[in-house]
Amino acid sequence: SLSPGDTSVLAGLYGPAEAKVSKELPDRAALEVLLRPKVGLPGVLERSREQLLRQTCEAVVLGVLHPRTAISLVLQVLSDAGSLLSCCLNAACMALLDAGLPLATLFCGVTCALQPDGTILLDPTARQEQEARAILTFAIASSERKVLMATTKGSCSVEEMQQCLVAAQRAANVIFQFYRDSVRRRYSK
Amino acid sequence: QYVPVKGDHVIGIVTAKAGDVFRLDVGGSEPASLSYLAFEGATKRNRPNVQVGDLIYGQFVVANKDMEPEMVCIDSSGKSSGMGIIGQDGFLFKVSLGLIRKLLAPKCEIIQELSQLYPFELVIGMNGRIWVKARTVQQTLIIVNILEACEYMTAEQRKQALAKLSGN
Repeated sequence: SLSPGDTSVLAGLYGPAEAKVSKELPDRAALEVLLRPKVGLPGVLERSREQLLRQTCEAVVLGVLHPRTAISLVLQVLSDAGSLLSCCLNAACMALLDAGLPLATLFCGVTCALQPDGTILLDPTARQEQEARAILTFAIASSERKVLMATTKGSCSVEEMQQCLVAAQRAANVIFQFYRDSVRRRYSK
Repeated sequence: QYVPVKGDHVIGIVTAKAGDVFRLDVGGSEPASLSYLAFEGATKRNRPNVQVGDLIYGQFVVANKDMEPEMVCIDSSGKSSGMGIIGQDGFLFKVSLGLIRKLLAPKCEIIQELSQLYPFELVIGMNGRIWVKARTVQQTLIIVNILEACEYMTAEQRKQALAKLSGN
């Protein structure tokens, strides 16, 4: 369960387990992500977010070590106060860590809001997201802070995107430190 | 989660009988298969008496990422050497893989100290499963609780707990 501010997402990871014959891949694990919103049935927005998360996770999980298995990641939104996608990304990475799945690198999600006057705001609240000119979400890997996934809502120039990326990479350090502290606390009773 | 490795001794639970082969749940991503001929003294006429839900202690002969794991209950010379169907009663529980390796190290202190407490039978599977049987149900449950707590206790705390119990 991960919550920056008031946004809260519960993540559950199941696998590697036996896959249905129709879904199994012969040389790697089949990763499936299910995102459940707080109210209502999952719609098109959830589906597109699931695909983003799935592709990010597939880039990181070493699926070739578990061929013909299925790994299911289920995310339940408990409360949404802005920056939902990056919260989901962080919850997904912590679930992968906690389950002990083999990973090539860790990743974290950072959301940047570009305000109409050009200032960059990290981890915006729902209010700030609505007023912003553009919202960019990046998934940043822990090895050399490379970008795994970038998605934009709204319009911004290339330079502004580069600036947001630099700010996000700096913020990623804080998140990775949080991962380290959480894991340390978990395993040292 | 446990990943099957060739040569590992594990405790499996029989989930199905499919013709000549038993399917065992070993806690990995796939069920393992066990042929009915892989027991000591088993022939086509003399089949082992295995039911669904039985516990079996065996080792892997085939265990890689691409194929379904296969188990046997005999070693390379055809003797069972402690493997086979685990008897009635007793208690099966799961612990972390790290604790299993600690317990299986030679001259493990935990096991030596426990054996001075009560006599008991112990089967340790590399897949995180342990089966314990002592004389009474209470003694069995006490041993189970101590083994589960050994995960987080230091040697000092363990000695204190055992001293309290043997004092009782």
